[in-house]
Amino acid sequence: MSNPDASGILARPLAGGSYLTEGRPGLSGWLATHDHKRIALLYGVGITFFFLLGAVAAALIRLNLLTPAGSLMSAETYNKAFTFHGVVMVWFFLIPSIPATLGNFLLPLMIGARDVAFPRLNLFSWYLYVGGGLFTIGALLLGGVDTGWTFYTPFSTMFSNSHVILAVVGVFVVGFSSILTGLNFIVTVHTMRAPGMFWFRLPLFVWAMYATSLVMVLATPVLAMTLALIALERLFGIGIFDPALGGDPLLFQHFFWFYSHPAVYIMVLPAMGVTSELITCSVRRRIFGYKFMAWSMLAIAIIGFMVWGHHMFVSGQSMYAGIVFSILSFIVAVPSAIKVFNWVATLYKGDIDFRAPMIYALGFVGLFMLGGLTGLFLAATALDVNLTDTYFVVAHFHYIMVGGTVMAYLGGVHFWWPKITGRLYPEGPARFAALLMFFGFNMTFFPQYLLGYLGMPRRYHAYPEPYQWLNVLSSAGASLLAIAYLMPLCYLAWSLRQGRRAEANPWNATGLEWTVPSPPPTTNFALSPVVTEGPYEYRS
Amino acid sequence: MTPLRQASSVAPGIDALFDAMLALSAVVAAGVFVAMTVLCIRYRRGSAADRHGAGQHEFGIELAWTLIPFGLFVGLFAWSIGLWRRLQTPPSDAQTVYVVAKQWMWKTQHANGQREINALHVPLGEPIRLLMTSEDVIHSFYVPAFRVKQDVLPGRYTQLWFTATETGRFDLYCAEYCGSDHATMRGEVDVLPPAEYARWLRAHAVQSLASRGSQLFRQLGCSGCHGSQSSVHAPDLSALYGSTVALSDGSHVIADDRYLHDSIMLPAREVVAGYAPIMPSYQGHIDEEDVLALMAFLKSSDGGPSHEQP
Amino acid sequence: MTEMSASSVAARADAFDDIEQQRGASVLGMWVFLATEILFFGVLFAGYAICRIRFPEAFAAGSRQTDFAMGTLDTAVLLFSSCLAALAVRSVQLGARRSAVWLLMGTASLGCAFLLLHGIEYHDEYKQGLIPALRYDPAGHPPVAMALFFCLYYAITGFHSLHVAIGVVLLARLARMTAHGAFDRDYYAPVEVTALYWHLVDIVWIFVYPLLYLVGRAG
Repeated sequence: MSNPDASGILARPLAGGSYLTEGRPGLSGWLATHDHKRIALLYGVGITFFFLLGAVAAALIRLNLLTPAGSLMSAETYNKAFTFHGVVMVWFFLIPSIPATLGNFLLPLMIGARDVAFPRLNLFSWYLYVGGGLFTIGALLLGGVDTGWTFYTPFSTMFSNSHVILAVVGVFVVGFSSILTGLNFIVTVHTMRAPGMFWFRLPLFVWAMYATSLVMVLATPVLAMTLALIALERLFGIGIFDPALGGDPLLFQHFFWFYSHPAVYIMVLPAMGVTSELITCSVRRRIFGYKFMAWSMLAIAIIGFMVWGHHMFVSGQSMYAGIVFSILSFIVAVPSAIKVFNWVATLYKGDIDFRAPMIYALGFVGLFMLGGLTGLFLAATALDVNLTDTYFVVAHFHYIMVGGTVMAYLGGVHFWWPKITGRLYPEGPARFAALLMFFGFNMTFFPQYLLGYLGMPRRYHAYPEPYQWLNVLSSAGASLLAIAYLMPLCYLAWSLRQGRRAEANPWNATGLEWTVPSPPPTTNFALSPVVTEGPYEYRS
Repeated sequence: MTPLRQASSVAPGIDALFDAMLALSAVVAAGVFVAMTVLCIRYRRGSAADRHGAGQHEFGIELAWTLIPFGLFVGLFAWSIGLWRRLQTPPSDAQTVYVVAKQWMWKTQHANGQREINALHVPLGEPIRLLMTSEDVIHSFYVPAFRVKQDVLPGRYTQLWFTATETGRFDLYCAEYCGSDHATMRGEVDVLPPAEYARWLRAHAVQSLASRGSQLFRQLGCSGCHGSQSSVHAPDLSALYGSTVALSDGSHVIADDRYLHDSIMLPAREVVAGYAPIMPSYQGHIDEEDVLALMAFLKSSDGGPSHEQP
Repeated sequence: MTEMSASSVAARADAFDDIEQQRGASVLGMWVFLATEILFFGVLFAGYAICRIRFPEAFAAGSRQTDFAMGTLDTAVLLFSSCLAALAVRSVQLGARRSAVWLLMGTASLGCAFLLLHGIEYHDEYKQGLIPALRYDPAGHPPVAMALFFCLYYAITGFHSLHVAIGVVLLARLARMTAHGAFDRDYYAPVEVTALYWHLVDIVWIFVYPLLYLVGRAG
């Protein structure tokens, strides 16, 4: 960094422009952009679209389950609906949600860089995401897929009559988007930090992105290759998962969960990072136990690779495999527990301001904790035998992924909205939406814990009558949740034109992203910033 | 809604662990929620609370809430593992019932040959071991009132055991998604008092599984090579079950259920030492129920085929 | 992955402060990418290991059906090409443009030769009826599970050949750019990272060769 301004790029005057107005005008200025901020918004449009698609599928599922006979849809349609819901929400919403939007927007800003390391690759990742999405939508339009998002063999390879290959190709392609985004972030964090931005001065959001990227890069290839083998097996009618030849369907499950369990951490680690930022700023205090918070995220990312077998306790794997995966699953809960305690401890002696992002963040902590605690039940082999493949599991992972990740994502969107758009969101509706979401969510998914405990299997199009009243309660909650999700869509869109203009740092937050104008100029920083202190020095 | 019944010998133990974890989780969750609420009220913006001197002894606190959960988790793990081992190890006196799953029904078959569809009659208080396989995709045998569940796979056997402790009818579900009519792949386990169960067995008496196997053994031409008077050089199958078999690649296997199944369906996979791999595969020619019958015959107490008169 | 143009100053992408930082990023990026590649192949190798433990006989029998001589020739060709790739990087670093162009073209043509050899192998195997699902009719009494060996054989070699093909395209492009003077002593990261990729393709083959060609012939 001897001469950061050799070519004079840094000295370019700002002239009051922002990344929204500078650069090539029109659609091509967006679709051909290399700017990480514009790419973040492109992703934002994509994941909002897929979230709405997935939500429609969810609504159909909940409507169908109002009656025990499942009279709204045929069994085939129902199976396609939950498969579509799973595939879209997992790969086209949750996995890219925070990393590809907030991560893309904020990572370079937070470490004091002008862009990510490989801007063109970043844009290419978005096109891969769109391409994968087109395949998946194509599969839907041609009649859908009925394998469940888990694509278990031999059902997916030899028995399903639906468009498995198209869906698998869609996920395969979007997997590359995820790999390349992870690669980009890892290299960016390693090589592009501003002078003085040491590893332990990184905001926890950056640590979260880093840990997430490691998981993306190391887990996704396994999924991609496994899905490729599924496609080949389906095409040629022969392969290593085929029991007719002595192949092993459990091998598929091992490969699949080797990715898909770490994928849970791809979804939730970024949410933890967002929550840490939101809480410190609202409390105006240093985060409690910064280093423990950073290390616990890496620990989750690493141990998360060794627990996949807990999805397979009743699959027919050996008793001893069950024992090993069980203890590791308990251990991976420790760093998550540390994080919850640290967030709560951060509140101590704070100066807490309850704006909407803080309400979202507190909601995240509560729901994540409930999801995590019920995860312990599933880590205990003897209990998992009864609970796995029931609604208990469905409730558990929705608490983590929807209660956790979506709450944090929306909290983050509100928090950084002024930075991204230059406008303030309206506080009143935002607070109301956050509270409604919390209640709607619990009303939707808490009954599902009870359903699972009472033995209702998941993926049932019709069910025995005693389960009805809990299903009705859950569906009623889902309608509240739907309203709560539509609200931000409306008032945030409204604020784009009508919202009050935001200054550079409306929340008085620390962090380099708040030192540049809102919205930031294309090159982010006029001069490479020099960092002299830790990330959360709220009281000096 | 009626509370879930507790109708097997393992259910009370599992429920005790569940209740303990529920209590522990409730304490932790309540603690965190109360702490959050109290702190949020006390340190809300504008309150007069003293805010000096935060952030001492951080390391000790962190260590405490790393190690205490860890200790608790190890304890829960140990508790659960005890139950798990019990769930995974059927008692040696358990009576075997065969289960074949297919899209979308459960076919069960008792040792005496009684067959049922989407139903299973079992005696009260006696350990039952289910030996299960699938003809197509993966299914999962789940009886919530017994707290047992086990996936049922094509091409291999899995087992599950329980001792029913309450008479009555209990729901049986398929818990692993298996295609269009997954949700209707349900049945009932009917637990009868032993005397009544014996009556039921008598009322439905048919040819025993082993004797049906013996019939198949001749019909399918097995006896042509494996029969005691056959001129073909094929291994003798008498008293095979449970013995150790030397294979042509120098290894040894125990002749268990899996071995017998694979020797019929994938004969070239493990060839007995000293024999040519000439046996044809029966895959696609016979279904899993026939394999179970053949196996019952090979395992039968009269010693298997060599004692049969050709 | 990196911006490329005639001189090193203009070659620097906007996001970087200096060319050294950019080179560091390119090399790290390639290493991370190679890690993902190892996991890609890792799935196939893990599948191979598990199936082979279950069916040692069938895998030995399958392995004996592969073309030992061609496999050995494949290995020699790839190893030699990797050596040329390493020399090409050195030439670019030393500013020897002409020899760099020849070395890069040599590497690319050896890659083509490898693909050609593989094509011949596949053709022979088709004639012998060793391709499951297309034409599978092996002579004698092969074990049923030998088909699994060939599934993996084609998955692994096919996926590897895809990598070789991509590498050939990249190398040919680099040769052209080198001829036009795109690289010099200060700016050679694209050549360096492409060579890294090529070495990975080579290393993967070093594992493929014994697993697929040699196993059944030992002992």
